[in-house]
This record gives sequence, C-alpha cells and structure tokens, in this order.
Amino acid sequence: MNRMSSMKDVPREDMLIHGHGACPGCGYAATAKNIAKMLGPNTVVYVPASCLVVFGALYPISSWKIPYFFTAFENTGAVTAGIKAALRRRGVDATVVGMAGDGGTFDIGLQALSGAAERNEDVIYVCLDNEAYMNTGIQRSSATPFGAWTTTTPVGQVVKGNRYFKKDIARIVADHNVPYVATLSVAHFTDFVRKVQKAKETKGFRFLHCLTPCIPGWRIEPSKGVSINRLAVDTGMWTLYEVVNGVPKVTYKPKTIVPVTEYLKLQGRFKHMSEEDILTLQGWLCEKWRAHYGEEPGSPPCPVPVHEEVLAHDGDPLYGI
Amino acid sequence: MVVRTITGDAAVAYAAMLARAEVVPGFPITPQTVIIEQITEFINDGIMDADFIPAESEHSVMSVAVGASAGGVRTFTATSSQGLALMYEMLFAAAPSRLPVVMAVANRSLGAASGIWTEHNDSQPVRESGWLQVYVEDNQEALDMTIQAFRIAEDHRVMLPIMVCLDGFILSHVVEGVDIPEQSLVDSFLPKFVPVNVLDPKDPFMINPVTPPEFATEMRYQQDRAVEGSKLVIAEVDEQYAAVTGRRYGGLFEEYRMEDAEIALVGAGTWTGIAREAVDQLRAEGKKAGLIKLRFMRPFPGEELKRATAGLKGLGVFDRSAAFNGYGPVFTETRNALYGSSVPITDHVAGIGGRDITVDVVREMYDIVERNASGEKVRECTWHGLRGEQR
Repeated sequence: MNRMSSMKDVPREDMLIHGHGACPGCGYAATAKNIAKMLGPNTVVYVPASCLVVFGALYPISSWKIPYFFTAFENTGAVTAGIKAALRRRGVDATVVGMAGDGGTFDIGLQALSGAAERNEDVIYVCLDNEAYMNTGIQRSSATPFGAWTTTTPVGQVVKGNRYFKKDIARIVADHNVPYVATLSVAHFTDFVRKVQKAKETKGFRFLHCLTPCIPGWRIEPSKGVSINRLAVDTGMWTLYEVVNGVPKVTYKPKTIVPVTEYLKLQGRFKHMSEEDILTLQGWLCEKWRAHYGEEPGSPPCPVPVHEEVLAHDGDPLYGI
Repeated sequence: MVVRTITGDAAVAYAAMLARAEVVPGFPITPQTVIIEQITEFINDGIMDADFIPAESEHSVMSVAVGASAGGVRTFTATSSQGLALMYEMLFAAAPSRLPVVMAVANRSLGAASGIWTEHNDSQPVRESGWLQVYVEDNQEALDMTIQAFRIAEDHRVMLPIMVCLDGFILSHVVEGVDIPEQSLVDSFLPKFVPVNVLDPKDPFMINPVTPPEFATEMRYQQDRAVEGSKLVIAEVDEQYAAVTGRRYGGLFEEYRMEDAEIALVGAGTWTGIAREAVDQLRAEGKKAGLIKLRFMRPFPGEELKRATAGLKGLGVFDRSAAFNGYGPVFTETRNALYGSSVPITDHVAGIGGRDITVDVVREMYDIVERNASGEKVRECTWHGLRGEQR
C-alpha cells in the first residue's frame, strides 16, 4: 500500500458508503468517511453511542463495508483493546479503530480512553468532536466552547450559554506518552491525509482529534461546515498540531490571528453572546494561541497579525496549506 | 490427576488456564482478586498462554471482554459485588450480542450495609441480563463448572455468556482438596472455541447495530429461546464431563435424599453443604427430609422443579438475598414455577452480609416447613436469626 501524502493518494473506495442517515453537510460524517476510506478495508471499527451509531447502521442496513461493533457509550478505549487482543491472537493483522464523539471521549469515555492510552493499546482512537452531545439533542459536553448555546446551557434571562472553557483533550492524551496524537480539520485536507497516514503506519495507541461541525447543533448553513473549520483554525479556536513520541509540532499556523467574531458570527449557537463574553473568549483564545504557537506572553497583542519569523512551522512543507 | 489443596479462587484460575482462555481482562475486587492474581502468575510463569489486560475499571473489564469475544477468542474474567454492579451495562451488551464470555463471580454483599462478606445480592439482581448463572457448593465444583461453563456457553445452540457464582470467602478464600484434571483430559472435553459472530475484515458484518422495533422483538425472543434451550446442553455437558472425570452434578439441580421426602428445602450456594448435614440429622430422627441443591438460576429449572417437588408436603426456599417484594429472588422464581402446585411453600432468608448459617438455622427452616405442611399458620417469609421483632 502506498503512503498517502495528499488528496490524490486517497483511495477511491469508501468504507462508510452513501445511504447513511447523517444531515446534509454533516462534518462528523465527512470526517468519519474520509478516515475510514484512508484506513481501508483491512479495518475493524467500533462506534460507541454517538450520531455515527445512529446514522451509520440501522439493522438490517449498514453503510459500513468493514466489520462494525457497537455496545455502549463510555468504553471505546476498552472495547477496541479487546478486539485488537483477539485479532492479534488469531493472527489477523488488521487496524482496529474506535470512532467516538466528544462526549464519549472528553466526558463519559475519559477513563477507558486513559486506560487504553496508558497501556499503549495498539488501536486508533478517533474523537469526532462536534462540541456537544448532538445525538441526544445538543447538550453541553466538556468540549463545548465558552459562550455556546446548547440545550443544557440555554440562553436565559440571567445566564447566557456555556460558562466553561473547552477541555484540552489532545494534550491530556499526549501526556500519556503515546506514540501519536494529532488534531485534524477537514478544511486542511492535505494535513488531514498525512495525519491519518501517520496514525495508520504507527504501532501503539494513536489519537486523532477531529473538529466536526454540526449543522443543527451549531446552527449553521449546511454549506458552511468546511469554511467554519478553516475559520476555527484561523481564529485559534482549533490548532493543528501533532505529538510524535512526545514531541509536539504545529503542522499549520495561520499567518494572522483572526478575531473570534469572524468565527462566531456564522454560527447561531453564539449569536446571543454579549460583548463581555466575546472579550472573555477572545482573551482565552489569545492565551491558547500563544501557548500552542510558542509565543511570548502578551506578544502578539490580541488579536493582531503574527510575525512570520516566530512561527513554529519549523520548515514543515505543510506550512501555508 | 493431581489433588491440590487450594482456595476456590485458585480452583477457578486453574480452570481458566486448563480451558485455555486466551484473553483475560481483570480488575481487583475482594474476594475475587485472587483469581486474577493467580492467572497473572500462570501467565508470567509461562504456563498459561493468554493476554491479561489490566483494565482501569470493571466496566472496562467487561468492555474488553466483549471486544475480545467479538474478536473471536475464548474470554474469561472474574468479579464481585460492586464490580459486577459497575459492569451492569455491559452485561446487557454481552448477552444479546451472543458472546460466550465466562465470568466467575465471587459472591459478596453489594452496597450498604457495606461489607466484603458473602451475599447473593450482587449476582441475583442480574439474572435478567441474559447471562446464564450457575451457583457452586465447593471448590471442586468451582473448578469443574468453570471448565464446563466454556463448553455450555460456546455451544452453538447456546452462544450466551455465563457466570460461575461461588460464595465469597466461604469458597474463594478457604482451601479444600481439589482434583485438577490433566490438560489432555480437559482438551478432549473442551474443543477449541469456534465463534459464530466474529469481527474479521475478511467477512465484514455488524454486531449489535441499533435495532428498530421491527426487529428487536425477534432478537430478544431468540435470546429467550437460547436461554431455555441451554437446559438441554447443560444436561449433555454434565454427562460428558462425568464421562471423563467421573464427577456428575445433576445439571440444573441436584436432589439429595429426595426419593421419599415429605419436606424439603431448595436453595443455591455453599449453604447446601450445611443443609445436607441438617437433612442427615432429620433423617436420623425419622423425619423424611430432603434437599434440592439449586445450581442454575438461569436457565431457571421451573418445570423441572415443579416435577421434582410434586409429591412433597411442604417446601422451603432458601434465599441469601432479598428481592424487596417481601421475599427473596429464589422464592419469587420458585413460587412462580410452582404455580398451580398444591405444595405449601415458604421463604427463608439467612446468611445476609456473610452471617454464618449453622445446622441449627437450617433445622429451624425445616421446622417451619414441617409446621406449614401440617397446616399450622407460619410466616410466608422468615428472616432467620433476625434480632428484634419480625413484622
């Protein structure tokens, strides 16, 4: 099998095929479908409770062309470990992938995720992060951004939207000293392809954290998912990086930090946000930006263009994708 | 044949090794812990070829187990009490997915009044999870049934997970002489696991997708029929095991001095050892007492019990846990099975939280059964040894 390094190398054959029940424009489906086709037919997929469990297969119909298993919500790390152990003992050399949502990863599945990461189980754990419990009807998770409306962080007379900041799950997983952790965005597809390729060819525990826009949950136009993903990176709401054997590297850095309002204004879930809340979020983002891109505290001022010479792109050919 | 003086937990571990279990997820909980400790010793000494996966909770233990079983290998684990409770959700994944996981449950009191001693309130409440359940009386039976459990669970007419329940401490931590069969003998009895549903990219299909109402009823009904159908397999396996080891347990239940019995008790667990002694004493005194050692709670031998108790003048049911409907779970099941029978029936709760059950306590049970049989008004459910007034 050839290594994939760009879009033209991606296999044409889908493993999650048409006919599934996801919303038009669903970022979750687009991401799952692309990862599945890149992993190829010699793969077993475990899906915990999530949108994917509902739209991917409904007995007796399945959109999966690879073996598929579902049991519960919080156990992706554990079930995939069990499947891999069995396949190894039966001499079947196949990729085992778990595709969980943010709730199933950040919250209820964190313990099993930590266990699998700590034991360096030889599986790929994909977190499809749409920043809330979308399948149960848009309830807040610890992946929900500050200020966002969800059905459990409603816009009330007194309290408006989510009061907590998004948990940095990729860093938590990376701190388990696993071989490979990466953050992905379908808007940055070459970077996406290379990261899936790296995950595929690495042994041990691999974690792919993917930002997946949700049309009804984010209250966005179905055509806007990819644009919003790109804006997420440009505003610092999402950072594209990877951690290979403990060594972190930014894989793409925007030339300038775009004001977060550009990201917020396309999404109904943020439309109620007060100026004060937007400033709070912007301040948090600037701190995150500086931390992720290795900037000095207070530099650059927030939000202003960033000088290219201090970028941590490190000569990576993906820079400027 | 080697006789070793070992604990019930060690006996179970020997059985898992002899059965060639390939994946063993584990998490420590008293009084089960010795089982997984012993298995890891076997593995690290190179005498057992298995993957031990030290999961970070019992929920993950059962999750690893269903993953491994769906991956097509023989899977074993063990737990107790709170650990079984934490697995609860995953028990309901293993059974309808028809994954023949074998799990030892060292019975221990669950929840408050917190304790580590034996009670059946951990395993009895999950008898409706779709797992088969067998309760054993001694360490030899713990070993024998763990081996048999694989054969029963993996039979293609069954394909269901099974719990081998042994009373915590009374068996788990007490040593007895146990005949450990030769590996070749176990190999001849227990064929290699041939999975039916297996996750393999060569033959892709789905296990346990979301199932709409149009199909769920049929799936659940098949599960129900498989549990009922396991009765036949249990009887066959008991015979086949007897043929190679000489040890026969009677299948769903064992009858002790029931030939001409007029009064009898039925119940599960180590209590039956004490009850045998009580029966012998009563027989020596000229009373026609008998005992039914209930082995399987699932499949529950309803029709079979109705036949076995048909000629009795009185029947008592022993319960080592409460169902909080005024009776214990074994009574609830037994009286349901005996519906339409004219045999008067009473419930007897004892041994809660690990309290010792003496021969005198069991004789008290027989006394109530006898008085009930003679028409005297007695309590339908008696909590034996209860301090204070029973209301």
